[in-house]
Amino acid sequence: MQFMLLFSRQGKLRLQKWYVPLSDKEKKKITRELVQTVLARKPKMCSFLEWRDLKIVYKRYASLYFCCAIEDQDNELITLEIIHRYVELLDKYFGSVCELDIIFNFEKAYFILDEFLLGGEVQETSKKNVLKAIEQADLLQEFQEVLGVSRNPSPDTLSHVMNILMSQCTK
Amino acid sequence: MSDIVEKTLTALPGLFLQTPGAGGPAAARAPFSSRLGGLIRGITALTSKHEEEKLIQQELSNLKAAVSAPTTTLKMMKECMVRLIYCEMLGYDASFGYIHAIKLAQQGNLLEKRVGYLAVSLFLHESHELLLLLVNTVVKDLQSTNLVEVCMALTIVSQIFPQEMIPAVLPLIEDKLQHSKEIIRRKAVLALYKFHLIAPNQVQHIHIKFQKALCDRDVGVMAASLHIYHRMIKENSSGYKDLTGSFVTILKQVVGGKLPVDFNYHSVPAPWLQIQLLRILRLLGKDDQRTSELMYDVLDESLRRAELNHNVTYAILFECVHTVYSIYPKSELLEKAAKCIGKFVLSPKINLKYLGLKALTYVIQQDPTLALQHQMTIIECLDHPDPIIKRETLELLYRITNAQNITVIVQKMLEYLHQSKEEYIIVNLVGKIAELAEKYAPDNAWFIQTMNAVFSVGGDVMNPDIPNNFLRLLAEGFDDETEDQQLRLYAVQSYLTLLDVENVFYPQRFLQVMSWVLGEYSYLLDKETPEEVITKLYKLLMNDSISSETKAWLIAAVTKLTPQAHSSNIVERLIQEFTVSLDTCLRQHAFELKHLHENAELMKSLLPVNKSCEDMVVDASLSFLDSHVAEELSQGAAPYKPHHQRQEEKLSQEKVLNFEPYGLSFSSSGFTGRQSPAGISLGSDISGNSAEIGLKETSSLKLEGIQKLWGKEGYLPKKESKTGDETEAPPVSQESIIENVDQTITKKDPSQALTQSKEEKEKQLLASSLFVGLGSESTVNLLGKADTISHKFRRKSKVKEAISGEKTSAHNMTRSSFSSPTNVTYEEDYYLDNLRDGRDKELEKFALSAELLGSESLAEPPLVEKLSECRRPAPSLFADDMEVFHPPRSTSASLASESSLASLLEETTDHMHSDLTEVCGTEAMSLSSYRIWKDDCLLMVWLVSNKSGSELEGVNLEIAPAENFKITEQPGCCLPIIEAENTKNFQYSVQMEKPFTEGNLSGFINYQMMNTHAVQLEFSVNLSLLDFIRPLKISTEAFGKLWLSFANDVKQNVKMSESQAALPSALKTLRRKLRLHVVDIIGSEGLLACQLLPSIPCLLHFRVHGDVLALWFRSSCSTLPDYLLYQCQKVMEGS
Repeated sequence: MQFMLLFSRQGKLRLQKWYVPLSDKEKKKITRELVQTVLARKPKMCSFLEWRDLKIVYKRYASLYFCCAIEDQDNELITLEIIHRYVELLDKYFGSVCELDIIFNFEKAYFILDEFLLGGEVQETSKKNVLKAIEQADLLQEFQEVLGVSRNPSPDTLSHVMNILMSQCTK
Repeated sequence: MSDIVEKTLTALPGLFLQTPGAGGPAAARAPFSSRLGGLIRGITALTSKHEEEKLIQQELSNLKAAVSAPTTTLKMMKECMVRLIYCEMLGYDASFGYIHAIKLAQQGNLLEKRVGYLAVSLFLHESHELLLLLVNTVVKDLQSTNLVEVCMALTIVSQIFPQEMIPAVLPLIEDKLQHSKEIIRRKAVLALYKFHLIAPNQVQHIHIKFQKALCDRDVGVMAASLHIYHRMIKENSSGYKDLTGSFVTILKQVVGGKLPVDFNYHSVPAPWLQIQLLRILRLLGKDDQRTSELMYDVLDESLRRAELNHNVTYAILFECVHTVYSIYPKSELLEKAAKCIGKFVLSPKINLKYLGLKALTYVIQQDPTLALQHQMTIIECLDHPDPIIKRETLELLYRITNAQNITVIVQKMLEYLHQSKEEYIIVNLVGKIAELAEKYAPDNAWFIQTMNAVFSVGGDVMNPDIPNNFLRLLAEGFDDETEDQQLRLYAVQSYLTLLDVENVFYPQRFLQVMSWVLGEYSYLLDKETPEEVITKLYKLLMNDSISSETKAWLIAAVTKLTPQAHSSNIVERLIQEFTVSLDTCLRQHAFELKHLHENAELMKSLLPVNKSCEDMVVDASLSFLDSHVAEELSQGAAPYKPHHQRQEEKLSQEKVLNFEPYGLSFSSSGFTGRQSPAGISLGSDISGNSAEIGLKETSSLKLEGIQKLWGKEGYLPKKESKTGDETEAPPVSQESIIENVDQTITKKDPSQALTQSKEEKEKQLLASSLFVGLGSESTVNLLGKADTISHKFRRKSKVKEAISGEKTSAHNMTRSSFSSPTNVTYEEDYYLDNLRDGRDKELEKFALSAELLGSESLAEPPLVEKLSECRRPAPSLFADDMEVFHPPRSTSASLASESSLASLLEETTDHMHSDLTEVCGTEAMSLSSYRIWKDDCLLMVWLVSNKSGSELEGVNLEIAPAENFKITEQPGCCLPIIEAENTKNFQYSVQMEKPFTEGNLSGFINYQMMNTHAVQLEFSVNLSLLDFIRPLKISTEAFGKLWLSFANDVKQNVKMSESQAALPSALKTLRRKLRLHVVDIIGSEGLLACQLLPSIPCLLHFRVHGDVLALWFRSSCSTLPDYLLYQCQKVMEGS
């Protein structure tokens, strides 16, 4: 995959991930052109688009367009499913996701994307595993925050963490 | 301690899942009240773009102050970073924050670090200079005991990492491949995949570890390793054939639902994994019957299992069909795949329809009947409201174009062309139309008109090859002179008409084409006089909208016409006008015209009519100046010295700087590691690498799948079609096709056929004109060689078969009795035992048969071995290098009589050669080959031996044109008959067109036995770069000069194996295995030289330092040093 863009029906960019090195100017140009082209297409039309030497695969979920650029020899249908799986992941993580979730927590959406796709290739296809990775990181962070622990906690503080964990879960 | 962390981590998600809503989502919803929230709401409240800009600029300046203030804590910094990312996403520049993102990743705690890394990955790109500052942080985090930190570091490495810093993290990441957590192993594999993409040389040594990853008990890790394998197999499929069995086994297990349910996607087992495996199998099975046979079963099962009516099953089906059609064909599977394509094409869902069309374009070459089956759907798609569908349909039609349907198809393409505005589409389509027109044009008028449309629409954006080819076609003509003249005359007339139209602007390129044609061929006109043509050209010249380049073309045309004109008023006016032009080029043209105009005789001899293709004889030695020179010399003038001589003298006089290459510079170069050759070679214009230029030219028009049946030989006009194969396929009459269509319709729906509307009839008529020519020839030719239609315009062959190279002395060879000993099969069960020591039950469940591990030793073809088996006739520096290898003669061979072969080998001992290897064979015939490394080329000798008791007839060996090779047939290759028990040889000399590591040369041989049908066998052999490397024998001085003149260089330190850790033995290895010529040895440094045939030199300087060898390559070719370095590494580390 070359890049992934999320934008709203009004053409506002919500997320962008580039897997090929491009200059900022090019990125902006591509984004502008693509958003225009995709928004101009009618709902009954094909989800694939030939654009320059790339294939664009896009899908609309509510007010949000998900748009991936792949190479010609890649499989368009499975790319659609990549989009769908990403939406499922977002949905599971946020709990029935909406555009606002992604706007206000876009960094989380990026974290999920990074666990799912890495360097433009599908990294992990098991939904459970992706979310597990995110939640692990989330939880660990939270405990560090709660305890005010800096990095490399000593065994003492760790056992402390575990204790809190246990007490939380038994509630 | 890390154990405790791990336990905590593994415990967390389980606990978490039991208490939904306690952690993630709640936390995720929390920061609504943050400052980011404020910013976002602020923006949404605004109405105009202008206000937004003001707000964000304000925000950015606040942020700028905040991030650089010393009081800002890391926590605040994290908050700032998120807002910066947001601003940048909206399209505003936030580059001032980049350095702070790196700092945050370095200093923050987990949460901050995570945001820091994210910001870095979004802000920076691979070659950004700031990225170097991140390397230290990454190294530190990779060594951390905290799993989350390691994960973050691996994630960032897999996304962006500076190429030159790979060695700093490589060992750490390699270690992670053995990590106990699968997520770490998986990410490590992906990081290595990334490295493989950007610097394949640096991860070459860990291929064995990739195999371990492939056998990993965790599915995720295994799936990740497939990315690497896909890539490696794409580059060199022959090296991984032995893994086919393992991939097939994995796919079987996946398809059979043996994976954990986690990996199901909408109850389809691991679709991503399936697709990746199918892709790999496709690459492995291409043109390889034996490998393909291994996968027939599993492909069949995949086709069968994919029944569910869900997108993802279609995705798998599509990939499966593509694979079935790409590998060695099996009719049963093809039938099933064709049925699947039908499912796509006939689907009401537009996405599936699109893919159906795409699949058809893939397979149409092999099976044109498929297009006939779906012709009505194709016609409907041609008028589809969605332009994407339309375009894909045109792509499909483009591939089935032939001499009969060309006019309709090109008309459709032109219609689409007139509607599209996007430059990329125009360039692409125009190229295709021009190509089709050139190939199949039915008559002159049509051809010229189509090309006119191409030039006026394609204009200045189209590929410059198109007008060039067109003009060459006109100029060189075909076999039939009168037809040529008619074509030219028609072109001239049509251009004159076009120029008469008022207020129309043609693209510059088109005008240039016109002016050339008018200049050359106006003499063919009857009515118009040259004066009239000149007047028209003059009118154009006075037009302001025409570029000065085009004006130069126009003046050139006028110049050509002037000698034919009787009155020259306009020419004189033109001369007046342009001798004072501000454009120097135009002025020069005008002056030339002026002087020629004054000397009519000279002008006529200089500009003869219709001689554009003939070379003019020019006195290049300027002998007419001799008397003048002699006079000057006698008066004491200095003799003329050429430029280079003058420069040399100047240098030798100055003696200020020492330009001798060696001694000084190297001691300081030390062990700097590998320097990127790319940066240096980019800027170097010195190295005129013709291969690369050629590549650029061909890359723009890639006509995948179109058969290049016609080379540069001749043109066969239609009347001569009795000589071609066309007569074999009787032309189909229109009625019969309409009937055909009717039948298909009635089959589908009988009632519909009765009430056919007029519109439908029109469509059918269109169908019959589109698909004409497909039916009669539609005997399914699996090998895809069915295209026998003669082309309208075929260029006349101007180049005589250049037979280069000396004749080999291997002509009178008669028999071969060799069977090669190289195909030793490794059957050790040793690895099997190793793998199955029963520790791991998971492994049992998902074991990837031990053959995978057992094949380690086979993964790379034993190239070096092969080379060392050659005979080396040249006297050597080192006494122990004199060993001569005699190819072992097998006694088990089925053929007798070795004596004659021995004589053959003796005759070829002038050159080194390889062992004889059998490449393919049947019971009756066997084909073996060996290569002779001649000084000027690689000579491939193919021995065809008839093992049967009867004659073989019509033996014909053909080598497919390969991308990287230039192949020349040697004389004496035509073998109509091979008598019983006899052997004949074919010889081809092969040259490499551009450097590469390994390439495949494939071809086929066909023959006919008495009273039986013809047999065709395909084969392929692997050629390595080393086959084309020859020693370059030069002196040290010449080496020094060459060294300075080359701009492409590559440096690398290589560790030597213990046996070679000394200068003499290293030298010996390089000389023997890579065929380098030792130029000189100075202390611990050595100079070596070689050339890539035909004549690309490459120089090597090396220094021994303990057991490390510092290699420094230089060459005129930008890629050669890299490839040679790889070979060097292989021999130095490998043996």
